[in-house]
Amino acid sequence: MNKQEYAEYIKKITPKSKMWGSLARAFLVGGLICLLGEGIGALYKMWLPQYDQTQIGSLVSCTLIFLAAFLTGIGVYDKIGYFAGGGSIVPITGFSNSITSAAMEYRKEGIIFGTCANMFKIAGPVIVVGVAVAMLCGLGYFIVGLFL
Amino acid sequence: MTFLWAFLVGGFVCMLGQLLILKTNWTPARILVSFVVLGAILQVCQVFEPIKQFAGAGITTPITGFGAGLVKGTFEAIDQFGFLGIFAGGLTAMAAGIGVAIVSGLIIGMIFKSRSK
Repeated sequence: MNKQEYAEYIKKITPKSKMWGSLARAFLVGGLICLLGEGIGALYKMWLPQYDQTQIGSLVSCTLIFLAAFLTGIGVYDKIGYFAGGGSIVPITGFSNSITSAAMEYRKEGIIFGTCANMFKIAGPVIVVGVAVAMLCGLGYFIVGLFL
Repeated sequence: MTFLWAFLVGGFVCMLGQLLILKTNWTPARILVSFVVLGAILQVCQVFEPIKQFAGAGITTPITGFGAGLVKGTFEAIDQFGFLGIFAGGLTAMAAGIGVAIVSGLIIGMIFKSRSK
C-alpha cells in the first residue's frame, strides 16, 4: 500500500459525521471561552472605572491565562481539550495551556533544566513569530511614515 | 449585544482552527502561529479594530488578539518614540499577558505533577 492509497484508506474509514460534530464542539467551547472573556471584561469595567479599554483587555487576558493554567494543573483543561479540539487551542487559554502542560511534563527533569527550559516548547514559536511579524510590520510603518 | 457577537465571532474563529486541524493535521503550535500571523495581518489591514468594535472579546480572546496587539503596540510606540518603537512596542503592549503566562506556568508546573495518559 503506497502513501496515496493509505491516505485514501484513512479518508474512507474516517466517519464524515465526526467532522461536523467536532466543528460544532470547537465553535461552542471556543465561543463560550470568548463569552467568558467578554463577561470578565464587563465586570472589570464596573470595578475598575479608572482603567481604559486596552488595560481592561490586558487584565482579561491575564485572568484567562491564569485560569487556564490552573485548570491545566488540576487536569480539567485536558478534558475540555479532548472534547473541544481547536476550540480549546485557538483562544489565549490554549496558549497558556501549552506553557503549563509543558512546564508540568518536564518537571521531572528538574525545575531549571526541565520546567524553565521547556515551558515555551510550543508557545515559544508563537512569541518568536509574532514579534518578528510585528517588527517587520513596524519597520514598514516606520519607513512609510518617513515619507508621509 | 456584544456578548452574542463575542460568542459567535469567537466560536467562528475557533471553528476555523478546528477545520485546519482536521484538514491539515497541523500541530497546535502551527495552529497558534498561523492565528497570530492572521491577527497581525488583520491589524495591519485595519480590519481588526472594526471587528473588535462589535465583537469585543470574540476576536481578542483567540490568539489573533495577541498578534494584533503586538502590531498595534509596535505602531503606537513608533508614533510615540520613533525608531525605538519598532523593537520595543510589541512586547511592551503584550508584557502583562506573557508575564502572567510565565509565572503561572512556573508555579503550576512546580505544584502539580503531570498525569500519565
